[in-house]
Amino acid sequence: MVFKNLIYSLAAFLIMLFCFSSCTTVKAYQKGKLNDAEMVLGSRKIQKSEMSFQSYREGASGVNGGKTGGGCGCN
Amino acid sequence: MKKICLVLVGLYLILLSSFAQTKPSQDSIEYKSRKLVLEEVNFVSSYYHQDGNNSSVTGGIGTQKLSDFANIIDIKFAKYDKRYRKHTFTLEGGIDTYSSASSDKIDLTANSSASSHDIRYYPSVSWLVENDKKRTSFGINASASKEFDYQSFGLGISFSKKSIDNNREVGFKAQAYLDQVSLILPIELRTSSNSRREHDDYPTSSRNSFSSSFTYSQIVNQKLQLLFLLDLAWQKGFLSLPFHRVYMNNNTVHSEALPSSRFKIPIGLRANYFLGDKIVIRSFYRFYQDDWGLTSHSVDLETAIKITPFISVSPFYRYYRQSAIKYFEPYQSHLPADKYYTSNYDLSQFDSHFIGAGFRIAPPSGIFGNPHFSMIEIRYGHYLRSTNFNSNIISLNLKFK
Repeated sequence: MVFKNLIYSLAAFLIMLFCFSSCTTVKAYQKGKLNDAEMVLGSRKIQKSEMSFQSYREGASGVNGGKTGGGCGCN
Repeated sequence: MKKICLVLVGLYLILLSSFAQTKPSQDSIEYKSRKLVLEEVNFVSSYYHQDGNNSSVTGGIGTQKLSDFANIIDIKFAKYDKRYRKHTFTLEGGIDTYSSASSDKIDLTANSSASSHDIRYYPSVSWLVENDKKRTSFGINASASKEFDYQSFGLGISFSKKSIDNNREVGFKAQAYLDQVSLILPIELRTSSNSRREHDDYPTSSRNSFSSSFTYSQIVNQKLQLLFLLDLAWQKGFLSLPFHRVYMNNNTVHSEALPSSRFKIPIGLRANYFLGDKIVIRSFYRFYQDDWGLTSHSVDLETAIKITPFISVSPFYRYYRQSAIKYFEPYQSHLPADKYYTSNYDLSQFDSHFIGAGFRIAPPSGIFGNPHFSMIEIRYGHYLRSTNFNSNIISLNLKFK
């Protein structure tokens, strides 16, 4: 079951790669908005504790910049 | 005549501005300080409080009241080498101080035992080398975490490469955590051979986590960028917690038992879009599945509204839904014949809502006119879970440059 999902995930990844290849080229001087601090692709430092408690209080973790192991969260 | 003069002045200014865009001399492009300089310091403080009535320490019933005060400092240094590669060194230190009403119930008769509160320390170091010519970056990191009943050591490497036009980037990261769990049993399950007092050394068992992450980012146009993420994570070792009680349907009590391996596949997509001139929409979707039977979906949506170019307010909402693992049953529902069992509601079926807002100010002249104090950010969130569990978190980030 997990292996089957892995195959689906990789297939989705390849389809996305294909779709992204049709994107327009953006020159460096056109990246004013993309370089804005709010446009950062990823979690910000202030979200670190939020991601910790979510990974402890929920069964799922990963891909959001949070940890996939380490630290107990035992309580 | 006046119009002609204005046109001529305009043309002159355009010509002048076009000269202002000329390429700087080669020296000014290539000169970069080779001295190690302090690039950035961040302080992040968070206060977290939770409450619920499904503690796994007391078998899926009982208080989950917990408070945690976390403080993290990270210091970033940078320098360039002879080949103009940028080296960034980050030192991070974190301390969590928490009190937990449920941990106190490892001994059911205790009211304020040693396990009612603890301190967690978690230092880490990382080194990143960025090569602008080759558009590559390579990094390594090491981390540790220590609390009374748990120790963790982490090691990781990362690599990324950008396309020629810097519009695409592929990344790979491998991470390993080598942990030790102290085998602290609920007090009534201790026999003379495994009995320890509160401050004795307990036997330990290993729990190792290995993960590999693949990322692909793409700039779609001048306002939209995407990030695709895939993790493959595998855990092996002692994955249950010995002081989690499980009450069977015949009213006998056992220590939680879970399989010794777990394989996880989270897959995610981020999309950030600049709407107009004042609104940034950040979105994130994650699908997760593991071989314990847990499937989950999470959707995050955050809208940063720029009141001025340097002040923004960001309301956010996150929806999360998960199915239960195959080994979960509530209080007094497991059969004595079950091989694996848990009454940990973090692994039960539920959905949750997380709602809040952030406020960020980063003026170019610095906070209070101090050019080194570059940013202040405050964020509050309220979390509500369908298992009658709720929590609140407030965080503060101060950045100095």
